[in-house]
Amino acid sequence: MPSDSAAFLPFPAQRRMQVKPLVLLALLAVIAVGLFLTLGVPAGAWEFALSFRAGKLAGLILVAFAIATSTQLFHAATRNQILTPSIMGFDALYLMIQTSLVFGMGAMATLDIDPVVKFTAEVLVMMGFSTALFLWLFTARSRDLHLLVLVGIIFGTLFRSLSNFISRMIDPNEFVVVQGAMFARFNAVNIDLLWISIGLTALTLPVLWHMRHQFDVLALGRETAIGLGLRYRRVMFAAFGMIGLLVSVSTALVGPVTFFGLLVVHLAYRILPGARFAPTLLASSLIAIITLVGGQAIYEHVLGLQGTLSVVIDALGGITFLYLLLKGVRR
Amino acid sequence: MIKISHVSHQIAGASILNDVSLMIPRGGITALIGPNGAGKSTLLSLIARLTPLQGGQITVDGADVTTTPTDALARRLSILRQDNSVAARLTVADLVGFGRYPHHKGRPTAEDHAHVEKALEMMGLHPLSGRFLDELSGGQRQRAFVAMVLAQDTDYVLLDEPLNNLDMKHARQMMERLKEAARVSGKSFVIVVHDINFAAAYADLIVALKDGRLHSLGTPEEIVNRPCLRDVFELDIAVETVGGHPFALHQIAPEPLVES
Ligand SMILES: Nc1ncnc2c1ncn2[C@@H]1O[C@H](COP(=O)(O)OP(=O)(O)OP(=O)(O)O)[C@@H](O)[C@H]1O
Ligand SMILES: [Mg+2]
Repeated sequence: MPSDSAAFLPFPAQRRMQVKPLVLLALLAVIAVGLFLTLGVPAGAWEFALSFRAGKLAGLILVAFAIATSTQLFHAATRNQILTPSIMGFDALYLMIQTSLVFGMGAMATLDIDPVVKFTAEVLVMMGFSTALFLWLFTARSRDLHLLVLVGIIFGTLFRSLSNFISRMIDPNEFVVVQGAMFARFNAVNIDLLWISIGLTALTLPVLWHMRHQFDVLALGRETAIGLGLRYRRVMFAAFGMIGLLVSVSTALVGPVTFFGLLVVHLAYRILPGARFAPTLLASSLIAIITLVGGQAIYEHVLGLQGTLSVVIDALGGITFLYLLLKGVRR
Repeated sequence: MIKISHVSHQIAGASILNDVSLMIPRGGITALIGPNGAGKSTLLSLIARLTPLQGGQITVDGADVTTTPTDALARRLSILRQDNSVAARLTVADLVGFGRYPHHKGRPTAEDHAHVEKALEMMGLHPLSGRFLDELSGGQRQRAFVAMVLAQDTDYVLLDEPLNNLDMKHARQMMERLKEAARVSGKSFVIVVHDINFAAAYADLIVALKDGRLHSLGTPEEIVNRPCLRDVFELDIAVETVGGHPFALHQIAPEPLVES
């Protein structure tokens, strides 16, 4: 049966077919943002509520973009659509770097450092680590995907336990400093880090735009990509550097969210089947914004609940993960 | 001309290729034959810089494959690997379109679309161009990957077992079309084939590898004969002449040779 594929059509028509869902998603995102800003604002408190919520909103949007982008880059670079940076324990790696810093310097000393300097340093270390780790894991030769899933989950557990272990060695008072970062809290975005996070994330935009076609080729796999003349190592470096940065940003802002990336990216794959990297990224970022901002608006302002959204999102994402595993890994 | 000089390759201490030197002329079809594990695929991926060269040198029209910028090389030489798969969900037309990437770097022109059309046509893929790859049969998918390589439109085309999974009609058609492309546009195809009769009928030059070494090299008549085949494959094969080409009856054991 020929499928009613978009790619069958000439290019402009294919593009038009992708525009409709994207516009729809953008509309939904705007509605989510509107709800988040306006729902349940007590009369007379508008000014305060808006300025307070705007900062949080910026944080949530940043996190949505960071998670969607890092997951999609990871899928393109590793030729799989099941593992994600957070399933591989990337966020735990970031926490581990943070904990080690507190352990090494003492909480007081870490609090003394300018947060901007501290965060930038953490991000740089994280970018270095992630690039090294994944170059080692993924560039040698194409590996069996099932093995990778296993290795990934082992790494995730390893980083999480190491980070826990180090935090146990810290003085309980100092532990409070790190503990804050260990749970995902969408209702308490770390506003202090917002500006530097926006700055760092903005750095990825021109790179993503410039390299969008190269990521399409990268997703074909190492050998095919090299055969098509892609400078494979360079593109892999760029991808993993950005993944390290984006995971640091989202983990620093709201803490680890294991399955969220998988959820939004797979919805995007479904909504735009066979689409290229750039439109898919637009779709997955918008879906992430709708889920996170809309979900938080409903949770916080309609249901009056605090901080449980991450549990719901991770549960949905976890079900997606199981479904994909059971359905059989597509290579 | 592809010039391979003193190429050796090892994997985990085991010698896979051992001091292989040969020249593959420009224009025409060169068939690479040899038993399983002889090193054919390894040699092709070294030529196409998919595997870094460990020892020796390979040049394509004078350009050293290890030092030439990889995107420039991609406009000169293309490769079909023995086992192909893509993780991304792609349609046939999209996949073949990627063959043009070395030329347009993401912004296809009318010329690129024309090349894609031509490659789809050549592999008889027009009715399937909108299908996703995971909705195709094995032979259809194989043709899609070959079409992608042909769309790359390079002077040198390395094809590792392009006839894999193809039925008789499509296998013959593919060889005829490659021959035609070699004749009309002077392209050079290097093809790994296991059906020796395709090599005998279509190749201008046959290169036999065995145990990681160059065993022999010559015209179909020089290679496809009973003694040479017995030496390469360790199998006694009767060879007849059909339509002016040597024709190996490799499916059945021959009558023993009468000693003279
Ligand atoms: N990753 C690897 N690790 C160890 N040995 C390998 C590896 N890849 C290939 N080999 C060995 O290298 C030798 C040559 O392999 P190659 O794939 O080049 O053979 P081939 O001539 O293409 O065989 P075939 O006709 O079966 O495709 C074989 O003996 C194979 O076992
Ligand atoms: Mg082979």
